[in-house]
Order: sequence, then structure tokens, then C-alpha cells
Amino acid sequence: MPRARRKKKDPGRFAPYLFLAPWFTGLALITAGPILASAYLAFTDYSLIGSPEWTGLENFQRMLDDPRFYQSLKVTFIYVGVSVPLQLAFALFLAMILDRGLRGLALYRSIYYLPSLIGGSVAIAILWRQIFGAQGLLNGVLRFLGAEDPPGWVSDPSYALGTLIILNVWTFGAPMVIFLAGLRQIPAMYYEAASLDGAGKVRQFLKVTLPLLSPIIFFNLVLQVIHAFQSFTQAFIVSGGTGGPADSTLFYTLYLYQRGFGNFDMGYASALAWVLLLIVGGLTAVNFIAAKYWVFYGD
Amino acid sequence: MATDLTVAEPLAATEKLPSRREKKQRPRWLAHTVLILGAIAMLYPLLWMVSSSFKFTEDIFSQTGLLPERVTGQNYPEGWTALPRDFGHYILNSTVIVAGSIIGNLLACSLAAYAFARLEFRFKKFWFAVMLGTMMLPIHVVIVPQYILFSQLDWINTYWPLIVPKLLATDGFFVFLMVQFIRGIPRELDEAARIDGCGHWSIFWRIVIPLSVPALATTAIFTFIWTWNDFFSQLIFLTDPDMYTVPVALRTFVDATSQTPWGPVFAMSIVALAPVFGFFLAGQRYLVRGIATTGLK
Repeated sequence: MPRARRKKKDPGRFAPYLFLAPWFTGLALITAGPILASAYLAFTDYSLIGSPEWTGLENFQRMLDDPRFYQSLKVTFIYVGVSVPLQLAFALFLAMILDRGLRGLALYRSIYYLPSLIGGSVAIAILWRQIFGAQGLLNGVLRFLGAEDPPGWVSDPSYALGTLIILNVWTFGAPMVIFLAGLRQIPAMYYEAASLDGAGKVRQFLKVTLPLLSPIIFFNLVLQVIHAFQSFTQAFIVSGGTGGPADSTLFYTLYLYQRGFGNFDMGYASALAWVLLLIVGGLTAVNFIAAKYWVFYGD
Repeated sequence: MATDLTVAEPLAATEKLPSRREKKQRPRWLAHTVLILGAIAMLYPLLWMVSSSFKFTEDIFSQTGLLPERVTGQNYPEGWTALPRDFGHYILNSTVIVAGSIIGNLLACSLAAYAFARLEFRFKKFWFAVMLGTMMLPIHVVIVPQYILFSQLDWINTYWPLIVPKLLATDGFFVFLMVQFIRGIPRELDEAARIDGCGHWSIFWRIVIPLSVPALATTAIFTFIWTWNDFFSQLIFLTDPDMYTVPVALRTFVDATSQTPWGPVFAMSIVALAPVFGFFLAGQRYLVRGIATTGLK
């Protein structure tokens, strides 16, 4: 019986698949299956009642005529485009200060990191809504300083998105910790060599720190962009689920939620989800291509 | 993508201060001043929320200082009972989901990680790349079909949609974290065990798991914090007020009335954040290491 003998030879032949069984099941049922299903639903009209009705490209044509779709794209791009660079700049700046071997590093690091952990929570979004409310903390301070009629930050369309950007910048601790780990790996001799060659602090930063840290800057950039594109809770809570005032905080994911789970417009929501995937995937690809020109791998 | 990362390996270096930079001293008081001012700015909103939870609601608007002029403990019992159910009910709901998620992630992700880190099988690199890819997949792409699937299973307003995916190792981040960790465990240990007659299961269970405690702790802590804070999927899968979790309940608290009772709201916000602070304080080292290794929030 050759089959039995082969089994005896390598009893662990199926072991990898046993260990991976939950993962494969999850991939099929929770990830890959739903991706394919949403690709199909994107071409249908489906409201959970009855069965999906094939409508071809109609959802995408609808998108082109949908001002709220454009608005949500605009809001999201501004949010990502402004908050991520600011976040990374703060993260790098503080990481560099913390990397100088000061006492109390662990304490500072914890304090700066804490907001990253809770920044996406409902409790913090509620706090933000109050801080920037018409009668909130910020305006209380401004009135105390003599401002007669400070704006209602979250209720004024021209400021509302700005407050959410501030909230995201406030969570710079996570990339900061990664920068800190990266800075630790730049050998001190590079700086010594540079300073022997007469390079000042600025030149050392430009010629040593930035190039050697570029893979980590790149890593943080990619991750934070992906992450920021998916922000939802903050805008949902601060605007009470509407994306208001005047759709000024209508994040893309919030609009998707409204279509899918507010209106049960599942086909359109799936089409929106695919556009999101293409945008995030496309931007990540662009990031990777652009990286060839500025990311420097030492070895 | 993360394979290019140089941060993954010598993380131990972040824990201790190297003395090599000591030479390039600049005025340290300047750095400390910047850091302390920054820390105050970072923490001020949080401290203010704590202080507001002990203020009368009408004072929250008029007094911006941290120290309340009039202190009240009333916000906590008031907030606790303000919703249709006691707040403890929502905490219990969250706890069940969090506990299920932690167990699921610990079991399923470590099994998958062992296979990726130690076993050989066809298309391993391909599947590994797929796993990394799932880390970057926006949940919004799969949430609609997942909702349809779970509603056909009649699982809406149960805990299953929130727990079952964890039992199926869908959090690629933790699989990756553990793969990185297990790769660092010397293979000689496995081989010695194999000579002693251990199969893969015993090697996994008796050698790899006990040595992976730091990675498992990181997984448990992050799963706790992320699941506890998660709003999007809980909002979608739990629509029955009896099933509400802490974040979803908090949200109805704010939206229910036009005149938000800020004192009690802040009190319950503090209650909602307290376990996260607790885990943060207890597991800082693991958190920092987990973040530095893979860089997610």
C-alpha cells in the first residue's frame, strides 16, 4: 500500500494546512469571498430585499453625477493631504528630540503615544465635539483672551474639517515611536564622520538623517495614508452622522456608510467601496514608485 | 512591503538609551522645555475631560480651567443610569466581544504564524503576500457583503459577526507580528524537540507558544484596545439597543437629546477610556514594541 507508506514517511505533510485551516477559512469567507461579492454587487442594484439586479455600469455613472460623491472625495483628500504630512513632521521632530538621550524618555514617549491609542475612539470624538463647540473649551479660552465672537468651529463649514485634521495630527505618537526606533539604528559614526568633514547640524540632518531614515519615512507615509483614508468615527461623531455642516466633514467612508447602511443602497455602496480600494491601492502604488527616487536603502 | 523594514529586528535597542550620542550635548533644558510644553498640549484635552467629569454641566461651559470651582460626583451615577440600560450592561456587552476577540486572535493568529514561520508548503510566499495584502485592505470593501452574509445567517444583533472573524485569523497584522517573532526563536529548539519525538503540534504548543509570550501579550493588548474602541463594525452589526457596546451607547448618549448633558457624558467617556488607560499603563513596553515592529495603530 504505497499510500500508507507515503503517509508514514512524512506524517506532517498536512501539518501546514491544519495550522493554516482557520486562516484559509477566514480568507475565503471573510475576506476574499466578500471582495468578489462586492465586485459583483457594484454592478447591481440591491437593497437587501429580493435579489441583486444587474445594472451594469449604472452605479458608476451615478457616481459621476453625484455631487456628494465629489464632495466626499474632496473632503477626504484634503484631510489626508493636510493631516498626514503634518502628523509625520511632528512625529519626526519629536522623535529627533527624544533621540538625544534625555532623561525621562520612556515617560515622554508614553505621553506622546497615548493619543494614538485613543484618538479613534468615540469618547475622544465626543471630547473634540465639545472642545470645538460654539460654547466649548476653545471658545471659552478665546473669550477669556478677549475674542468677542469666536466661530463655532465644528458648526462652521469653513472650520469643521480643520478640527478633524487637528484631531488626526494629535495622534502622531504611533509614527513617532517608529521614527524613534529607526533613528536608533543610524550608526553614530556617520554623524562623527560628517562632523569631521565640517558638516553642521542642518547638513547632518539633510545628508545623514534623512537619507538613512527614508525607508522609515516611507513606511510611515504609506501606513498613515492608508489609515487616514479609512477614518470614520471622528467625522461620524462630530457631525452626528451627517457629515455636516454643509457636508464639510463628509468623509468618503461616512458617505459609503450613509448609502449602504442608511439607505440600504448596497449596490452603490459596493461601487463606492471599490473606488476607495482603487484610490488607496493606486496611491500606495504611486508611493512605491515615487519611493525609488527618494528612499535610500543603505545595504 | 514590510520586508524591507530595518526597524523590525534590533528593537531591544529602543528600550535602553545608548550612551553613544551622549557626546553631542546641547542645552538639555531647551529640549526638556519643548518636550514638557508639548506633553502639556497633548494631555490638556484629556485632563480637561477628567476635570469636566467632576464639574456641574453649567460650569463646563463657563469655566475653562482644569480645577473645578465646584466639585460634584453626581455625573458618574447620573451618566451610569441615563440610558435605557445601566452603563454596566454595555460594558458587559463590550467585554464579551473583547474577550472573544482576544481568544480568537491568540489561537488563530498563532497557528497561522507558526505555519508561515516554520513550515514548508506550496506557494508559501504567495500566501504570505496575500496575508500582508489583507492588512492593507480597507474594511469598507468587505463590509457590505459581510453584512449580507451575516444577516442571512441571522447573526445581526449577535456577537458572532464581531468574534467569528477573529477565530479565523482575519487580523493579518497579528499573524505578521507573530511570524516576525517566531522567526527569532532559535530553530535548534525545534530540532531538539523533534529528536525527542515531538510532532509539529507539540513543538508549537510546548516550545513556540511558551517562548512567544511577549508577542502574545502584544496581540492581546492591542486586540483589547482596538476592539474596545472599535465603532464602525459594532455600529453596523449591533442595532438593537440591548446589544449596544460602550462606544455605540456613548454615541446615542450624545445624539439622543438636543441639550447634551456634558457632565454625565464626560463621566461615561472616562469610564469608557479607563480600561484602555489601564492596559496602556500595564502593557506599555509591549505596545511600543508592537508599534515599532509593524507600525499600526
